Amino acid sequence: MTPAAAGDAGMFEALAEAIGEAERRAVSLGELALQAEVDRGIKDRSAVEAALGRALTVMREAIARGLGGDVRSVSGLVGGDAAKMREPKGPLAGTLFCDVLAGALAVQEVNAAMGVIVAAPTAGGAGVLPGVLLSIGGRIGASDACLVSGLAAAGLVGAVIAQRASLSGAEGGCQAETGAAAAMAAAAGIEILGGTPPQAGHAAALTMQGTLGLVCDPLGGLVEVPCVYRNATGGAIALAGIEMAMAGVEFPIPVDEVIDTMGEIGRSMDIRYRETAGGGLAATPTGRRLARERLVQIKGRGAGTP
Amino acid sequence: MVSILDIIGPVMVGPSSSHTAGACRLGLFARGLVAGQPERAHVELHGSFARTGVGHGTDRAIAGGLLGFHPDDERLRESLRLAADAGLGVTFENAKLRGVSHPNSARITVERAGRKAMVTGSSLGAGRILVSAIDGFPVEVTGAFPTLVFAAADAPGTVAAVSQILAGDGTNIATLRVSRRRKGGSAIHLYELDSEPSDDARRRIEALHATQWVRVIERLA
Repeated sequence: MTPAAAGDAGMFEALAEAIGEAERRAVSLGELALQAEVDRGIKDRSAVEAALGRALTVMREAIARGLGGDVRSVSGLVGGDAAKMREPKGPLAGTLFCDVLAGALAVQEVNAAMGVIVAAPTAGGAGVLPGVLLSIGGRIGASDACLVSGLAAAGLVGAVIAQRASLSGAEGGCQAETGAAAAMAAAAGIEILGGTPPQAGHAAALTMQGTLGLVCDPLGGLVEVPCVYRNATGGAIALAGIEMAMAGVEFPIPVDEVIDTMGEIGRSMDIRYRETAGGGLAATPTGRRLARERLVQIKGRGAGTP
Repeated sequence: MVSILDIIGPVMVGPSSSHTAGACRLGLFARGLVAGQPERAHVELHGSFARTGVGHGTDRAIAGGLLGFHPDDERLRESLRLAADAGLGVTFENAKLRGVSHPNSARITVERAGRKAMVTGSSLGAGRILVSAIDGFPVEVTGAFPTLVFAAADAPGTVAAVSQILAGDGTNIATLRVSRRRKGGSAIHLYELDSEPSDDARRRIEALHATQWVRVIERLA
C-alpha cells in the first residue's frame, strides 16, 4: 500500500527533521506528530485524538478476539495459534515477549478471518503495532492518552517511510509491510516508555536493519502464511530494537538512510518476491500444494453466483 | 500530504486493504451511480482481483459495497448471502479488461429501476480507489470527496451554469473534469466537492436543459 500518492508534500520528509523539531519544541515524537497533524488544518486536535482512540479500541478488540481462539481464516490455513500462546511453555513464558507474540498473532488471525482490524500501515502488517504497543502498555499501566501518542509516533514514522520508500508488499516486499510496521512499533514503544526522540529514531533504525531484504511470499497470494507468523517475528524484532535503544545503543547508519535502503532493496527485488506467490515460501512444494488445495476449496464453497 | 491517520487506518474488515477495503469502496461507488441498491450486478474481476480475489474476499467486499456496507462492516463476510436475501442478484466473472493496467481492478455493471451504469476502477492500496471509467467515458475520481456526477448533452455553458449553482449553494469545487467521446454527443461531468451539495442544488442541476441524469456519491474514504 502506498498512502503517499506521487507528488504529495509530506508532513516530514525525514525522521531526522522530525526528531530535530521535536527537540526544538521540547516535546516527544508522538506529541510532535499530533501537532503536525493538527497543523495540516483538516482536523482539530480532538478529532485526531478521537480517530486514534478508535484505532486503539479496535486493536484491543482484535487482540481479545484472536486470543479467544475461535477464528479461522477463509482458507482454513490459519487460526488458533494466538490462543496457544496464552499458555507459553518456553524459557520466555510469562514475559512481555510472549505477550507481543500472542497479540501480533491474534490480530493477524482476526484479519485473515475477515474480522475488523486497523491497517497499520497495511492489513498484512496489522498485528505488529498492536502486539508491541498494547503489550508494553499493559505491563507499564500506560493511559489511553499515552497509547494514543504512541500511535501518533508510529504514524509519523510510517508517513516518512511511505514517502521515502514504500508501504506495499507488491512494491517492496515484506520489509515494506511487516518491516515498516516493526519500525513504527519500535518508535511507539520508545514513546510510551518515555524515551527521547533520538532514541525513537535509533529504535526504528535498529529494528528496520533487522528486516531489510525480507520478501513477500504468501501462499496462494493470500494474507495468511507466512503473514500471520511474520507479524509475530516482526514484533520480536521491534522489541529488540526498543530494548537496545532504551539502553543507549545507537545505530551507526542514520534512520533515514536505513529507510532509503529498504526502498532501494524493494525496487530491485525480483517480482517473484513481491506478493505474486511466484517465489519464496509460496513456491515451495508444500506451499504450492496447500495453495492449490485450499483455493479450490474456497472456490467450491461458492463465491460464484448466489 | 501524508496524514498519520492514513498510516494508522483505515479500520477495516480483513484481510487485505487493497483486495477487501478498496474493493468494497468500488462497490459503494457503483451503488452510488444508480442511487441505491441495484437489482442486478455483474462484476468482472481483473488481474490480481481475478487470481486471488476469492481468497481475499474481494467478491464479498464488492457485493457488500453494492449493499451499502462500508469497509469496516463485519456483514461483508456474509454479503453474498445477504445480497441474495435482499434481492440483489450478483454474478462474478474473471476477465481481462482492455486498457486497464492496474492489477487490482474490476468493472461493475449495475441495474436499478431501469437504469444501467458501468464503472471501472482500481484498488490502489491502503483502501484507496481510482475510478477510471463511467459508462465507458474515461474519468479519474477517487471517492475521497463527495462527488457530483452527471451526464449532459455536450453543449456550451453547462460548466458555467453548474458552477454558478454550486457557488450559490456555498459548495466549493475541489476538482472538475468533463469527459466526452465525441463532439456534440453526451459528456460526463465529475465534480469532486468539499461538501455534499444541497438537494435544492441537485434539483437545479437536474432541471438544466442539457442534463440527462445527476447523482451525488458520498465521500467513500
